[in-house]
Amino acid sequence: MNSWPALDRFLQTDPRDAGCDTAMELLHIYAEIAVADPRGAEQRHPEVAAHLRACGPCAEDLEGLLAAIRTDLTEQ
Amino acid sequence: MPVPDEWVRALSAGGVERERAAARLHEMLLRVARAEAGRRSGQLRISGPELDDLAHQAAADAVLAIIAKIGEFRGESRFTTWACKFVIFEVSGKIGRHFWRHPAVRLEPVDWDRLPDRFGLDPARESEWRDLVRALRRAVQEELTEHQRRVFTAIVVDGVPLDALAAKLGSSRNALYKTMFDARRKLRASLVADGYLHETLVRQS
Repeated sequence: MNSWPALDRFLQTDPRDAGCDTAMELLHIYAEIAVADPRGAEQRHPEVAAHLRACGPCAEDLEGLLAAIRTDLTEQ
Repeated sequence: MPVPDEWVRALSAGGVERERAAARLHEMLLRVARAEAGRRSGQLRISGPELDDLAHQAAADAVLAIIAKIGEFRGESRFTTWACKFVIFEVSGKIGRHFWRHPAVRLEPVDWDRLPDRFGLDPARESEWRDLVRALRRAVQEELTEHQRRVFTAIVVDGVPLDALAAKLGSSRNALYKTMFDARRKLRASLVADGYLHETLVRQS
């Protein structure tokens, strides 16, 4: 462990990282699994999970989608 | 609400049936857009009617995108979840473009003094990290391409959101993320070679 963990984490890259295009393509499928079983979503789509750990904008989009599902905004 | 097949059929139909379905879809997406714009309002300097206008634009653009791509819905999720994804992306993109509307925001010469703060380096312990920051700056200058350096400094040093930078450069989130991915890998390798970071295996989760 070094004395600059934030920099260390930021510079780490995961070769499984799918990139934004693939994550955005699968985000609705990932979100429906993740809303009930986050771990299950990670296991089912490890390349998307790796991306979401590193990409703030895609992780933010997932949070928004999960919020919409949880609050049933689509069912009123 | 219609079941998925009914949504697809109605939105693929012509005339009044499609208009009605599109109106119902817009109503639903506007609720989601308003909630999402509100959830992200901390990233914006707008509120009230202007924020609501952003939500309206996002919902309208999402409806158009969904109708254009209705043939791509494969039933792998609920139709409404698939549709919500479009409006979430629209809100993201509009927030990114909105970033530049503030008169105080522009790309300026890089202020490298911000770098330590970006990574939570304690000013009181500068003697411990001064050489690291110097090595990182050297790696940014020497190891990155001009494009990688421009994207890295805008996002990391200047704190420009990735979507905002994509809007400014006429690029895409995916393209800039890939640029940053390659830049991060190069910088890490350089700092490992210099002995500032340890070689680590990525966590397999």
